[in-house]
Amino acid sequence: MQKRILVSTRKGLFELGKAAKGWAVKTASFLGDNVTLALHDPRDGTDYAAINHGHFGIKLHRRDKDKKKWVEIASPKYPEKPEGLVDKDGWGRDVKWSTQLIWALETGGPKQNGTLWAGTMPGGLFRSDDRGTSWHLIETLWHHPDRNKWLGGGADIPGIHSICVDPRDPNTLRVAVSCGGVWRTQDAGKTWIQSAHGMSFDDGPKSEAESPDAQDPHMMVQSPSDPAKFWVQHHAGIFKSVDDAKTWTRVRATPSSFGFGVVVHPKDPNTAWFVPGIKDEKRIPVGGALIVTRTKDGGKTFKSLKKGLPQKHAYDLIFRHALALDDTGRKLAMGSTTGNMWVSENSGDAWNMVSGTLPPVHAIRFAN
Amino acid sequence: MAKVHFTSNLRRHVDCPSVEVVASHVHQALEQAFAKNQRLRTYVLDDQGHLRKHMRILVDGVAVKDLEHFNDAVQPTSELWVMQALSGG
Repeated sequence: MQKRILVSTRKGLFELGKAAKGWAVKTASFLGDNVTLALHDPRDGTDYAAINHGHFGIKLHRRDKDKKKWVEIASPKYPEKPEGLVDKDGWGRDVKWSTQLIWALETGGPKQNGTLWAGTMPGGLFRSDDRGTSWHLIETLWHHPDRNKWLGGGADIPGIHSICVDPRDPNTLRVAVSCGGVWRTQDAGKTWIQSAHGMSFDDGPKSEAESPDAQDPHMMVQSPSDPAKFWVQHHAGIFKSVDDAKTWTRVRATPSSFGFGVVVHPKDPNTAWFVPGIKDEKRIPVGGALIVTRTKDGGKTFKSLKKGLPQKHAYDLIFRHALALDDTGRKLAMGSTTGNMWVSENSGDAWNMVSGTLPPVHAIRFAN
Repeated sequence: MAKVHFTSNLRRHVDCPSVEVVASHVHQALEQAFAKNQRLRTYVLDDQGHLRKHMRILVDGVAVKDLEHFNDAVQPTSELWVMQALSGG
C-alpha cells in the first residue's frame, strides 16, 4: 500500500504522509536544492532523488529502505566524445556530451532487482544494474543516426522524459523524447525503431508536422492492465495507441487538449487523467480555472473535475511529472509551478489542498 | 607549496577543505585536489572533463583561460580558488 507521496521541488524533496486532517508534509530533504525527480523502487524499498545543482551539475542520491540518510551515488555520465566528431542536434547546434538533467527515472522489470533506467537531457538513455552504483549509456540509441534530428522542446536541448518498461517483457521499452517522437526496443536496447507514427502537430509543413521524428510527446504512459494501450499528452494534443504504440490516433478533449501530464488507471486502460492548459503559447488554465479532465471511455468523452480546485485567477501549471496516481487508481496528487499541491481520494471527483506554500513542484510520486 | 581553496557553497555538498599542492600547472593542482576526494571532480568538471559552465578557477586572482586542459601556470606560492559564479536571485 502506498502511504507516502514524494514531492520533488525547486527547493527540496518533501515527503507527505497521512495525518489526522489529511495529507501533510512529514519530512524535508535537500532543503534549498533543486530536486528534479524522485523514484521509489517497490522491489526493495529504495528511494532515489535526482538533483540539479546548477553550478555543480546533476547528482543522484539513494536512500535504503527504512533509513533516514541519503547517500550520493553515481550519476549517469556520458562517455568521452570522440575527437573531431561532428555531432549536431536538429537545430544544427553542437551536442554537449554531458548530463544536463535526469528527466526520467524508472525501475526495470519486477524480477530485475537493481535494474534502473534513466532518461536524460541531452537525449541519452542510461541503464544501471546495481541500484545506481554505476550507469552505462545505451549507445545504440545515442548513436542512432536519427538522434541528430532531435531538438529541444521548451528546453534548449532534447531529452527523454518518459520510459515505459513493458510489464509483459522487461526487454521491451518505449521511451518518449521531446522532441524526437517515441522509440521502441524489444531486445533490451540492442535495436531501436521510431514508434510515433500517427502523431502530428498543427502548424508547419505537412512533411514536418507528420514526421515521427519531429513529434513532441510531453508525457507517455502505458496501461499496466492492458499493456498494448498507451496514452500520450502531446504538445499538440492528446494521442492514444491500442497497438503497442506502433500507431497513434488523436483524441479531442474539452476545454483543451493541451497539457503536460497524463496518468492511466492501473486496472482500466480506458480511464486516464489530464490537466489542461490553454495552448502552447498560453500555458495557463483555461479561464484562470484549474481543472483536471478524466476520460473513462478511451477518450470518447471527458469530464471536467474541479471540486476543491481554484476556479478564479488560478495560473497553476502542472508539469509533466507532477500529476501522479496511486496503485489503486483512487488517489491522485498534483503540484504546480506556483507551489500549490492537491490530493484527491476519489479518482479526481474532489480535491483537497495539501499546501499552498511549497516551492515550484517538478514531480510527484506515490511510494510505499 | 601552492594552495587550492574551495567555496563554502561547494563544501556544503562535498568534503573539500583547502589543500596544498605541488604543481606548475592548474591541471596538476586540480588532480591532486581530486585525489583527496574523487566526488569533487564531478562537482567541478563536466562529463568531458571540462570546467562546468558556471564555475571559475582563479590563480592569484586571475581567471584561468584554458578551460579544457587547464595548462595555465601555477607558481609555488600561488593561491587557487575554485568558485561558482555568483548568480541568481
